[in-house]
Amino acid sequence: MSMIKAESSSPKSPRAIATRGLWHENPVLVQTLGLCSALAVTNAVANSLAMGLATTFVLVCSSIIVSLLRKIIPHQIRITTYILIIATFLAIADMSLEATVPDVHKAMGPYIALIITNCIVLGRQEAFASRQPVGLSILDAMGNGIGFTIALLLMGIPREVLGNGTFLGLHVMPSSFEPWVVMMLPPGGFFMIGLLLLAANWRDLRRTTRVQIEQAIAADARAAAEAKEAEVVGT
Amino acid sequence: MSNLFWIFVSAAIVTNFVLVYFLGLCPVIGVTNKSETGWRLGLATTFVMVLASLAAWVLNRYVLSAAPFLRVISFVVAIASIVQIVELFVKKTTPSLYRELGIFLPLIASNSQVLGMTIFQTNRGYTLVEGLMFAAGGGLGITAVLSLVGGIRERLEFAPIPRVARGPALVFMIAAMLSLAFMGFAGMGAA
Repeated sequence: MSMIKAESSSPKSPRAIATRGLWHENPVLVQTLGLCSALAVTNAVANSLAMGLATTFVLVCSSIIVSLLRKIIPHQIRITTYILIIATFLAIADMSLEATVPDVHKAMGPYIALIITNCIVLGRQEAFASRQPVGLSILDAMGNGIGFTIALLLMGIPREVLGNGTFLGLHVMPSSFEPWVVMMLPPGGFFMIGLLLLAANWRDLRRTTRVQIEQAIAADARAAAEAKEAEVVGT
Repeated sequence: MSNLFWIFVSAAIVTNFVLVYFLGLCPVIGVTNKSETGWRLGLATTFVMVLASLAAWVLNRYVLSAAPFLRVISFVVAIASIVQIVELFVKKTTPSLYRELGIFLPLIASNSQVLGMTIFQTNRGYTLVEGLMFAAGGGLGITAVLSLVGGIRERLEFAPIPRVARGPALVFMIAAMLSLAFMGFAGMGAA
């Protein structure tokens, strides 16, 4: 929770609010929030999907309520209030999953209840829903929830395909393929998130170097033009 | 007696809370710049976990049998109150320790380790003493991992690491290696 980044307060278009959580401000890959559930349940694609959807549901519903009540909730006890609101929707999500997909619910064990300590959910209430109107809060919550689901699938798909040779339980690898069992086990989760964060770092680094190179080229061109001008004047 | 011992050992190393259950990864990234802060926070977490285990047992025994759907909410409220009390207590008795722990102390309340521990304890139906051993073992396991990661990061401070690998990516690679190493304990005690 200590890593929630400060939001820029400049007004943004609804479209930007809805899409920024998907990739450029992805809660897992860029802000490194919500890692406990991101690592624990991603050893199968079905679990990753269920966790992503459950978190999105809790996030959207609690954002609506927090945004509606934002003028009533006293500032001193706001965090407690958010937690109570989140826990209410969490109980709904928990019981619905248990009723509809009992196998997946069982595989996810205590991690469903741990959505409540997921920094993404509380972070969006504190950083966005508590100061913005309902419509924008829904867009923001949807964007972040789907971004979280994308990150979970980016981890879950390689882990299941390489670790078990299956995708959603169907065999996709040739029968000669020897499953990398370690990908299904805890170290595989740490390796996978490490690789994803490396890729995200690499992308950022490449973008900044490209900007620097472009600036350097522009400066060179300017200097060359000035030198040429001076030469012309000299003759 | 040996049952209690194996609950303790398996919570501490065989199913380590950080490396096997992935609980409480925020402090692992946030406070392990130095080994010292790592184990101090670990001990504070252990203390809160033991108290939370006691509270969860009381709640389960006397209150929640009537309303099981209130479990998570009541655990969260109980943990938050315990952290608050511990904070007041430490502030009054040892102000120097309070200053050293700083922001990390209140953040234990939002830590998935403590809540996860109470839920595991309930799901497995531990008795009071078993739960306390589970909490103590789990807390010491967390302390060990925090100081291990902190120590490794101290050594890597001046190592020639490529710029792209700095930050959380490196911490997770370290955690992956540690997790592989801890898998060597799997099956011990068959707990």
